[in-house]
Amino acid sequence: MTLLLIALKSARFRRTSIVLTVLAIAISATLLLGVDKIRKESRASFFNTVAGTDLIVGARSSPTNLLLYSVFRIGNATNNVSWETYESIAEQDEVAWTIPIALGDSHRGFRVMGTSTDYFEFYRYGNKQQLSLDAGERFEGVYDAVLGADVARDLGYKVGNEIVISHGLTSADFADHDDKPFTVVGIFDRTGTPVDRTVHVDLAGIEAIHVDFRDGSRSGVPLDAEQALQFDLTPTSITAFMVGLENRAQTFQVQREINEFRAEPMTAILPGATLSEFWRTIAPVEQVLFVISGFVLFAGLLGMLTTILSTLNERRREIAVLRAVGARGRHVVMLIVLETLLVVTAGCALGVGMLYALMSLARPTVARRFGVDLALTWLDSTQLGILGLVIGAAVVVALIPGFIAYRRSIQDGLALKV
Amino acid sequence: MGLGVGAIGSRALSVGHLIYAVAVIQHGSEVVGLERVRFRWPGQTTDTVSIDELHLAAGEHLFVRGSSGSGKTTLLNLLCGIHTPTSGTVRLLGTDLAGLKASGRDRFRADHVGVVFQQFNLLPYLSTLENVTLSCSFSGRKKQRATEGADLKETARRLLSDLNLDPELHGAPVSKLSVGQQQRVAVARALIGGPEILIADEPTSALDADNRDRFMDLLFRETKARGCTLIFVSHDPQLAERFEHTIGLDPVPAGSRSAS
Repeated sequence: MTLLLIALKSARFRRTSIVLTVLAIAISATLLLGVDKIRKESRASFFNTVAGTDLIVGARSSPTNLLLYSVFRIGNATNNVSWETYESIAEQDEVAWTIPIALGDSHRGFRVMGTSTDYFEFYRYGNKQQLSLDAGERFEGVYDAVLGADVARDLGYKVGNEIVISHGLTSADFADHDDKPFTVVGIFDRTGTPVDRTVHVDLAGIEAIHVDFRDGSRSGVPLDAEQALQFDLTPTSITAFMVGLENRAQTFQVQREINEFRAEPMTAILPGATLSEFWRTIAPVEQVLFVISGFVLFAGLLGMLTTILSTLNERRREIAVLRAVGARGRHVVMLIVLETLLVVTAGCALGVGMLYALMSLARPTVARRFGVDLALTWLDSTQLGILGLVIGAAVVVALIPGFIAYRRSIQDGLALKV
Repeated sequence: MGLGVGAIGSRALSVGHLIYAVAVIQHGSEVVGLERVRFRWPGQTTDTVSIDELHLAAGEHLFVRGSSGSGKTTLLNLLCGIHTPTSGTVRLLGTDLAGLKASGRDRFRADHVGVVFQQFNLLPYLSTLENVTLSCSFSGRKKQRATEGADLKETARRLLSDLNLDPELHGAPVSKLSVGQQQRVAVARALIGGPEILIADEPTSALDADNRDRFMDLLFRETKARGCTLIFVSHDPQLAERFEHTIGLDPVPAGSRSAS
């Protein structure tokens, strides 16, 4: 019989306290791995939001604000960019393509974004993927809308449904553009980015619903959908626009030109750089999370140490018997360390199981609510490292009761009377 | 095998220490040899064990009589190599235990000594058979000797049967055994692999008179059959009659145990 087998059988004999210890370790492991997973996935999802865009341009504001409202649909622009300025930049030789963005309206809590068909051509996310349609087609008419995957799923829309856009970002009844309903003509595939939560319409559509609006409220003469089409639906201004350059080497030059544009104060940002900058500002949060899970692990190990130490008393007889049949000092230490190794390994395995169970349970909700896809990928090197660290730390901790047990077995000797 | 037992008690009392001495004049192979052994716990001023001379040959049976506090626990730990004497020599099978490191003494015990406690000898999480073969897990020598001509389990079963343990109980959890049965399993574990020395520490104290007599019969039969030297510790003087040699570790009068 090997020492491992003895340790196994001994642990099985004391299964209640062992199982509880395994559970404590499992929870620590799940937490540590979970925090690492969430950190990585949110980072990936964050940086995957926009790709292939060289510059994002909006009215003069802080780069973070511009990034947040243009890409993440968070917050509002303080000012608009005039259509003339947009066109003059779009026509420059260095510029390969532009995607105009007009924000400000909503549909039942989802932002409505006016843009052009160039959006379908040039917008890239993740690993430079193009947007693809799950159903229907691109918008062509003024009152066509293409929905993000979450919008369609959450509101149960299909191609052919009619939707009413609300003025502003609240869905107060009086401001509904209910006289000019839009028809869903297409639904995008899921991207895991804010695109999923956006209603996309043509710029002309945004213009059309506002022809009878002045300064944010209805003017005296209501015009119906058909009448609105008679007007020139070229917008006078847009919220922001994305720029793709012919040559990426010119990025900084074009950025400077835009920032120094005389006719209108604007800010041009490099999405990647601003994303990184913004991520750095929220990095302490993930560090705090890590520190907290570190403490949870510490508490778990401490609990394990307590359990082992408390069982040492009831194990004096067992150890005396083993000593009597010839177990050496290192066998006694090894017995404790082996048991710990079993407990911690089982705890880590259970923790990994719990992590994956939790992830597959939470995946749809997290994807819907936070746009973060918790892909069920195999543990990466960091996570394996974390597990290795947990097991290593536990073994080191176990040496303490191991040596105590050994010292005690010498004091007790063979004629222990309990 | 001639022997002479001479207690040098007068000298022990005269120095006011616990001194118990038995001199066995040795003829033939010596299995256990103690010479001028003193053991004193750190910080104490009296010796807990003090034996001038003790020699046992192969197959001899020694009864050590002593009540609790008489130093018999310490004597057993000295004989097992758990403790080393403050001075003097403990020699087992010609090996001076003081010359071995702690792990070496443990190995020596694993290979050559079998131990039976007062009670709770068995590991509750192992079956009866596993408890018996446990000794062989820590001693290559015992394992080798136990597997000569039969496999380990077979040897263990035969031993258990020799000790009158019903074959039905061989695979049973030890919690199913009576105290008497448990003590017999403990003897089987101590005897497997043919150790030269068997140390039994009050193995009958938890048994009733009937069981005790049967246990003693078996113990003597099996140790004699194997030529195993038996050191038997008990406070029960009735048992002493069966033994060829007896030493007493009775405490010296209270007045002389001053100090510390």
